[in-house]
Amino acid sequence: MKTFVYIDHFKGEVQPASWEALGLAKSLGTASTVIFGSGVDAITKTAFEYGADEVLAADDAALADFRAEPYASTLSTLATSRSPDLILFPMTARTRELAAMTAVDLNTGVLTDVTALEVNGKGIVVTRPIYEGKLLEKAVCSGKPVLATIRGRAFPKPEPDASRSGTATNVEVQANALTEVQGYSASESAVNLGDAGVIVSGGRGVSNNPSLQPPAGMDEKQAELWRAQQGFALITELANVLGGAVGASRAAVDGGYIPYSHQVGQTGKVVTPDLYIACGISGAIQHLVGMRNAKLVVAINKDSDAPIFKQARYGVVGDLFQIVPALTEAFRKKLGK
Amino acid sequence: MKIIACIKQVPDSEAKVRAENGKVSWGDAPLVINPFDEYAVEGALQQKEASGGTVTAVCIGPESAREALKHALAMGADDAILISDPALENMDTQGAARILAAAVQKIGGVDMVVFGRQTLDNGAGITPAQTARILGWPMLGLAGQIKVQDGGVTVDRVIEEGRQTVGAKLPVVLSVVQSIGEPRYPSFMGIRKASKATIPVWSLGDLGVAAPEASVKRVELMNPPVQETTIEIIGGESPAEIADKLADKILAEKVL
Repeated sequence: MKTFVYIDHFKGEVQPASWEALGLAKSLGTASTVIFGSGVDAITKTAFEYGADEVLAADDAALADFRAEPYASTLSTLATSRSPDLILFPMTARTRELAAMTAVDLNTGVLTDVTALEVNGKGIVVTRPIYEGKLLEKAVCSGKPVLATIRGRAFPKPEPDASRSGTATNVEVQANALTEVQGYSASESAVNLGDAGVIVSGGRGVSNNPSLQPPAGMDEKQAELWRAQQGFALITELANVLGGAVGASRAAVDGGYIPYSHQVGQTGKVVTPDLYIACGISGAIQHLVGMRNAKLVVAINKDSDAPIFKQARYGVVGDLFQIVPALTEAFRKKLGK
Repeated sequence: MKIIACIKQVPDSEAKVRAENGKVSWGDAPLVINPFDEYAVEGALQQKEASGGTVTAVCIGPESAREALKHALAMGADDAILISDPALENMDTQGAARILAAAVQKIGGVDMVVFGRQTLDNGAGITPAQTARILGWPMLGLAGQIKVQDGGVTVDRVIEEGRQTVGAKLPVVLSVVQSIGEPRYPSFMGIRKASKATIPVWSLGDLGVAAPEASVKRVELMNPPVQETTIEIIGGESPAEIADKLADKILAEKVL
């Protein structure tokens, strides 16, 4: 099978699931990586190290910022001339738009959020979670090429081999941009839960520490937010010691405790870390479908009846404001940090 | 400004969705407007308030999807159109995009088409960009804030890496995220107006398009495997002791 692997990057920083997609492509046959941007030599070099059979690069100032229109036109022109069987993308905000538009250009379909892929008598058959992960479906695409966006951490990442190298083949750029990127600010809370190996999450309970006395002059809502900030500070410390990311339940996000980019489950992200520590999260169904595929779940909650305990391997029935800092301290010692 | 809000009806997020005989079942849980699409209606109404004009809610779905449109009307949309045709039952996202693009063309003079970021059922989140591509309009995806000025639109695009300011000329297709602002509750007057509204139903014939051929097809529907987890509650005399035991348990699992 001939597969294109689109390497998604933001200002040169590659989304790790791109390499996972490359590993998957290699297991199916030949893999051509497709790299768009301006000044992408470093990414080309890494792509060869991760096992690319070929690098197809559109390196042009017109592609400096990701914009769906020129990227899609460049990709669909390339795919038309080289006829791959499959185009794989890591699933990100950008590739959703890119794959969507490329599929329109090539009159084919996109299989999104793929967690498993096999080739059998029906062709390329993927497994993907639907209904927020409450169900799984197997799906096929009758168009050619088949486009698929893969979920981070669903496929193994290949080992890079520093001795591999090669030269990129330049491809023609289609510069039909309809939008203009005028500015960028890295948000403090920029977070990629999909790639995180460890996630420490907070819920409604994070604001529920009556022993904390908020500064004078705050109304009830301000005091609640202030308490939540103190709570999330503890959670962030634990996440930092474990080299992980900070997640949140919908209740915490709706309460305004933390930006929604941290939300796990339902309207947020479905995550599959190796370790998930839920702090002060009761475990509504929408949250559980978002994290139940974590390898190890640990729950800390005051309420021993909280549904989160049904999903957890280890539980602590207790006050997160005492347990979380103590756990941070314990890991600091044991991990020598 | 003429603004279209595209919405879908889905089972409530609290629903216990199961696979039964190869079909999706949500028991007696209600069907509701897709939660993300409430943000689309909210975003559309904000633009109407800022620049004047009208908001039309458009939904592809069966007769029951009228209820989702009524919700949009109750929130403040001026009118609503239901696109319903038995031939649309197995359409894929590109099929939906082709139908919506045809509806936008039929309505005519549209400045802005607003979507939610994804639906709770299929969840692919690619229909907005496909609609933009078919219309040949710019796509401004994942907008957390929208500003219209001098025939142009600027949005605050919320991505994993932070926020970008992205601009384009009208007409545009947008998808919005939660930072657009909490969807307003339907007012009493709005609910009354919605209950009396006549919602026209357009068929494929009305749109003048053939039933789209689906590229993406489901071949099997499954319930996720049930995970047997036995919980071990960690106790102790003090938080420090509990934390110490718990840390050892976690380290022994070799997940770090």
